[in-house]
Amino acid sequence: MGNNHDENHAHHITPLETYLKVAGALFALTFLTVIAHHFNNQLGVLAAPIAFLIATVKAVLVMLWFMHLKYDSVMNRVIFGAGFFFLALLLFFSGLDIWTRVAEFSTL
Amino acid sequence: MASAAAHSDKNYLNESSGLWSWLTTLDHKRIGIMYFIAVMFFFLLGGVMALLLRLELYSPGQTIMTADQYNQVMTYHGAIMVFMVIIPGIPAILGNFFLPLHIGAKDVAFPRLNLFSWYCLMAGALLAFSTLFTHKIDTGWTFYTPYSIKTGTSVVTMVIAAFIMGMSSILTGLNFIATVHKLRAPGMTMYRIPLFVWALYSTAILQVLATPVLGITLLLLSVERAFGVGIFDPALGGDPILFQHFFWFYSHPAVYIMILPAMGVVSELITAFSRKVIFGYTAIAYSSLGIAGVSFFVWGHHMFVSGQSTTAGVVFSFLTMLVGVPTAIKMFNWLATMYKGSVLMRSPMLYALGFLFLFAIGGVTGIMLAVVAVDVHFHDTYFVVAHFHYVMVGGTLMAIMGGFYYWFPKMFGKMYSESLARLSFVFIFIGFNVTFFPQFVLGAMGMPRRYFDYIPAYHSLNAISTVGSWLIAIGFLISLYVIVKGLISGEKAPANPWGAKTLEWTVPSPPPHHNFDVEPVITAGPYEYR
Repeated sequence: MGNNHDENHAHHITPLETYLKVAGALFALTFLTVIAHHFNNQLGVLAAPIAFLIATVKAVLVMLWFMHLKYDSVMNRVIFGAGFFFLALLLFFSGLDIWTRVAEFSTL
Repeated sequence: MASAAAHSDKNYLNESSGLWSWLTTLDHKRIGIMYFIAVMFFFLLGGVMALLLRLELYSPGQTIMTADQYNQVMTYHGAIMVFMVIIPGIPAILGNFFLPLHIGAKDVAFPRLNLFSWYCLMAGALLAFSTLFTHKIDTGWTFYTPYSIKTGTSVVTMVIAAFIMGMSSILTGLNFIATVHKLRAPGMTMYRIPLFVWALYSTAILQVLATPVLGITLLLLSVERAFGVGIFDPALGGDPILFQHFFWFYSHPAVYIMILPAMGVVSELITAFSRKVIFGYTAIAYSSLGIAGVSFFVWGHHMFVSGQSTTAGVVFSFLTMLVGVPTAIKMFNWLATMYKGSVLMRSPMLYALGFLFLFAIGGVTGIMLAVVAVDVHFHDTYFVVAHFHYVMVGGTLMAIMGGFYYWFPKMFGKMYSESLARLSFVFIFIGFNVTFFPQFVLGAMGMPRRYFDYIPAYHSLNAISTVGSWLIAIGFLISLYVIVKGLISGEKAPANPWGAKTLEWTVPSPPPHHNFDVEPVITAGPYEYR
């Protein structure tokens, strides 16, 4: 209906080989997470950030290739990114409180 | 605007018949009516509970219920009114019915998802009501930890119900965003859509972005209760204030999920009954987006005395006051629209004016409460109760009533008794002020909220407040009579009884199944009055 379909674009067909490569990368990263876990004590405070970093890379791979964000319009990427912006907002202001509250009252 | 569609006796009401045809309908108008019936039922329940609460508070001491029963009735009143009445109220009823009509579409973008949203609300509501027959919850609608983790009542069932109802809200928002972007008629640019659609669009963004956080928060609460995972309980290494952060990250934007569509309705009413093009279309449209955006930055003002850090409190106090800017833009534009207009004091317009008056009080007291020093005094007193009722009831409910009277002829093809509709407004408006204005004074005197008893010094104002609740009830009973009488014996409504200019008034009343027999081509803005 209507003339507002100018955002329409041809759907990109991703070759099966690409999907298999991405899937392989995801398995490899999962394996890396398990290895990192084995060095939990040695990594110390870095253990959690490293686990999160690997998980983030995996999520980005899924979003870009399996969810086709890599081939999608800029508008859709912006909308997708907006969700992360609001997540960051939630974490930032909650963190602001927790950070300053601990600084003000903690005996540590 | 496009020319009127050819008249036909067939419309969405008689296109097919039987209960099954309604329960499986994909027609956005029928789904809107189904929401209307459900929400009316929920409103009746929540309203009766409000009357019982006020009756208990008529005089000090125990009168009609125990303290425990008071906590339960208060919790269900809040949960029903928030999750089942005010949040779905305008978007799900009026939005579903009129959004496609407003933009020249045959339906919403995902009709099956739309029906599924209705079933989600019903499933969530049934689950919530099931707790009435088990261990009635008494946490208040906010489910604050640590009490909600420790109480022996059916908290998990209730929060799962809220989760499912949240799904309904998310799916409705998603549907509206896709509909606005993809289904506008030829020539219907974003700057030609009615302001009600702008308001629904802004609301939909909030529904999609904020509601999942509530869902996750409530699931975390359930996980903590069921499995003892330490998230909010300090004994398990959790942080109870974190619950409030997560909860209000949704629930403050939810206030704007409630009020933004109401503002959209008021924009339609004021321009239609002032017979004048809306003043500052772009400013009103962008202020809706502005309110939606700023609403994400202000949730901490609910937590000034929670133990939240002073630094965070100061930041949230400043940010909260920013909401006043886009809101004031709307108020000034509505007043400027009426200025030198040919204002017709029909019942929908009376409700719109009631909205302006009551929402102004609710809004200004909101700014007062945004000041940390003032809030520390007023927090958890009846001042806050009065403030949010002026916003939610005085604002949203007034707009629902005004919008419903405005679009009733279009929805059902019948006219209603104008004199009785005005009488209902008089009772509701006066009753509302009699009920809630004394609560500002009670709050300033220090009366705490959520208590079923109080000291004798608060008696006279509480008695006045209770009498006011009876006036409101009479007003709504009159409205119910007006609706039923209109449906049974109302005169046949013409296509455009108000002489309004938006697209829905170009089709017959009630509209045909597919809305437009011929796809409209839009060549001008929505408010071509003068």
